[in-house]
Amino acid sequence: MSVSKLHVPAVPARPGEQPDFSYVRLSAAGEVPRPDPTVAVGETASLAESLVCVLDDSGQALGPWNPKLDTEQLLKGLRLMLLTRLFDERMQRTQRQGRITFYVRSLGEEAVSVAAAMALSDRDMLFPSYRNQGLHVARGMSLVDLMCQLLSNSRDMCLGRQLPVMYHSVPRRLFSISGNLATQFPQAVGWAMAAAIKGESDIAAAWTGEGSTAAADFHHALTFAKVYRAPVILNVVNNQWAISTFQGYAGGEQRSFAARGPGIGLAGLRVDGNDFLAVHAATAWAAERARAGYGATVLELVTYRAGAHSTSDDPARYRSREEAEQWPLGDPIDRLAQHLEREGAWDAARHAALAAELEQEVAAAWREAISHGTLTEGPKLDPALMFEDVFKELPAHLREQRDELLAEISALE
Amino acid sequence: MPSMNMVQALNSAMDVMLQRDPRVVVLGEDVGYFGGVFRVTDGLQKQHGAHRVLDTPIAEGGIVGASVGMCANGLRPVAEIQFADYIYPAYDQIVSEVARLRYRSAAAFTAPLTIRTPCGGGIRGGQTHSQSPEGVFAHVSGIKTVMPSNPHDAKGMLIAAIEDDDPVIFFEPKRIYNGPFDGEPDKPAESWAGHPQAEVPEGYYTVPLGQAAITRAGSALSVITYGTMVHVCLAAVQALGLDAEVVDVRSMMPLDIDTIAASVSKTGRCLIVHEATRFGGFGAELSASIQERCFWHLEAPIMRVAGWDTPYPHAFEWGYFPGKRRVMNALRKLVGEAA
Repeated sequence: MSVSKLHVPAVPARPGEQPDFSYVRLSAAGEVPRPDPTVAVGETASLAESLVCVLDDSGQALGPWNPKLDTEQLLKGLRLMLLTRLFDERMQRTQRQGRITFYVRSLGEEAVSVAAAMALSDRDMLFPSYRNQGLHVARGMSLVDLMCQLLSNSRDMCLGRQLPVMYHSVPRRLFSISGNLATQFPQAVGWAMAAAIKGESDIAAAWTGEGSTAAADFHHALTFAKVYRAPVILNVVNNQWAISTFQGYAGGEQRSFAARGPGIGLAGLRVDGNDFLAVHAATAWAAERARAGYGATVLELVTYRAGAHSTSDDPARYRSREEAEQWPLGDPIDRLAQHLEREGAWDAARHAALAAELEQEVAAAWREAISHGTLTEGPKLDPALMFEDVFKELPAHLREQRDELLAEISALE
Repeated sequence: MPSMNMVQALNSAMDVMLQRDPRVVVLGEDVGYFGGVFRVTDGLQKQHGAHRVLDTPIAEGGIVGASVGMCANGLRPVAEIQFADYIYPAYDQIVSEVARLRYRSAAAFTAPLTIRTPCGGGIRGGQTHSQSPEGVFAHVSGIKTVMPSNPHDAKGMLIAAIEDDDPVIFFEPKRIYNGPFDGEPDKPAESWAGHPQAEVPEGYYTVPLGQAAITRAGSALSVITYGTMVHVCLAAVQALGLDAEVVDVRSMMPLDIDTIAASVSKTGRCLIVHEATRFGGFGAELSASIQERCFWHLEAPIMRVAGWDTPYPHAFEWGYFPGKRRVMNALRKLVGEAA
C-alpha cells in the first residue's frame, strides 16, 4: 500500500554548505524573443518561464529586448543605483550606531527599482514595498526627507508614526508603504481601475517580494486585475529569500512566479532583475501593454537579496555566506558599469569619483537631517501630534486623551 | 413624503450620491445586474452604468483593497460586503490599511470609503449569516462604525457616510430591512408602511454621524441600544408600561457619550442591549463610559442584555436572540432594584 509523504521544499545551501544555484533557470542574453506588447496572454507563457536578459557576461547588450537607451540615460541609471546603495550603506551604519531604530537595505536589488522608475512616466502611480527605495531616489525625493523619516525627527513626513522606511509622497506619486505584506497589490489594482473608470492614461505599478505572493492579497490583486483589465504592472521581486525562508516555500519550485500571470489570464515576463537594461525594457513593455488597454503584466524580477532582510536578522544563521558572490546574475551596478565601460563611456576612475561624490551627497544630507533632530536628541515632534489624523477632525475622546497626556507631560516638567 | 423601507432608503441614498458626485462608485458581490442579495442596490447599475456599479469577484480583501486604491485615485467607493459574517477576509485591509492610511501618511493619503454590510440575526441565517461584529470594528482606531435602526436614519446616515472624509463601516441590521421587529418571531412580519421613521425624503439629506437619538423620552430608566434591538426594547418597555427613555446609539465611533450620559444621569438606571455577544462586546465599552460619567447618579448597577457568548446557533435562534422576554426580565430586575 502506498502512503503519502509530505514534500518539504529543498533549500540549496544552509550555513556551511556550498551554494547551489542550479535551480535558477537562465536564458542567454538576447535569446528570448520580444513580442509586440499587445500580444495575447497565452503567447507570454514561455516568456514567463524563460529569462529576459540583455547584458551578457562581457557587458554587451544583445537581442530584441535591448531598450537602446542613450548614454545619458545609462549614466543616470548608474548614478541612481549607486546613490541608492550608498544611501543604504550609510543608513545601515547609522542603525548600528543606534541613531535610527531599524533599516531595510535593497543591496543587490537596485536595478529592480531604479530601472522601473526610469521606464515609467512620472505620472504613473507607484505602490512600493519596503525594499524599493530606488523608486524614491529615482523619483527625485530629497535624501534629507527620507532620512528625516528614518529618524522620526521634527521634519518626519510621517510625523513620527511609522517605522523607518515607510515613506510616501503625493507629488512624486509614491503610495504610503505599509509594513503588512502585499496589501499594496490590490490597492494598486484599485488605483488603476479608477484611472480606467475616469478614462485617464496613467497606470499603476506595485512591487512585492516572492514570499508575499503566498498572501491572499496577491491573488486578489491578480484576479481583480484580470477581471477588469486594469492598467497596472504587478512586480514580483524574487530575491530568493523571505527572511530565512527560501523561495521554494512560496511555491517557487519548478514554476516561476511570473507564470502566476498567464495562469490567471495576465501576461507574464520573467526578467533578469540585475540587468538594468532588461528591467527597463520589460517595464516599458508592460507599461505600453497596460496603456494600450491590454491589461496587467506580472513581472518577475529575478534577483538576490545580498544583505540581511533587515537590521534585525543575521543571514549567516540561515544561509550560506558564499551565496551572494556566487549568484549567477551578478551585481546590477557592476553589470551596468561594465556595459558603459565597454561602450567607452565609463572607467574605474570615473566610478570612484562618482562614488566619492555621492558619498559626500549622502553625508551632507545626513548632517542636515540630524539638524532637525533624532529620536534622542535635538528638536522633537509635538506629542500632541500623536492624536491628529486618526480622523480628519479630532473627536472628543481623543481630545480628552490628548489633554490627559499633555497634563502628564507638563507635570513632569 | 414617500414611505420607504430600509432597503429602499439605502438604495435611494446611493442613487442620490451616484447622481450627485461623479467620484462615487458602488462595488461588491452581486450588487450590479442582480441588485444585491437583499436588493439594496437594485437598479443602480442600470441607472448609472456598469463602470460605476461593479459586480466583483468573491474576495472581500480584494474589494476593500481595490477600494483603498480607488480612494488614492480620487474616487469615493461604496463597497458592499454581502454579509458582515464575510467581512473577516477583508479585516487586514480594513484594520491595517483603511483605518491607518490617514494616520501613517500624516494625511497625505486617505481612504474615504464606505463599507456597507448587513449584520445581525433573526433571519434563520445560522452562524454565517447572523453575526454582529460592530464591537470588533469600533475597537479599531481610525474608522467610524455606525448602525441605523430605521429607514430615515439609514438614508441620511449613508449619505453622510459617503460624504465623510473618514472611512465608515456601515452596519445594516438586516432583520429590519423590511419592517421593524419586536423580537417575537411567531407574530406576522410587520412592514415599515405607516411608521413615522419610514417617512423618507426623495432627495438629498444627511443625518450626521456621531449623534445618538432619543427614540422614546422617559424618566424612570435609560435603555441604551441600537439596530434591531431598538425595536425589541421599545416593545418590551411598552409591554411593561415603564416610563423608560430609549436611546438609539446609532454611532459606535464616534460615540455620542454626552447624550447617553445625560439620559442615564437623569434616570439613574441603565440597561444596555445589543445582539452581539456580551463578553468584551460594545456594551462593555458603553457600560464603562457611562459609569465613569454617571457613577454618582446611578441608583442600580448598570445591566446588559446581549447575545449569549456562543457562536450564533441555527436551530436555537430564538433561544439565542436577546428577544422581548429577556429584555423585559432585565427591565423588571432593573426597576426592582429601586424597591
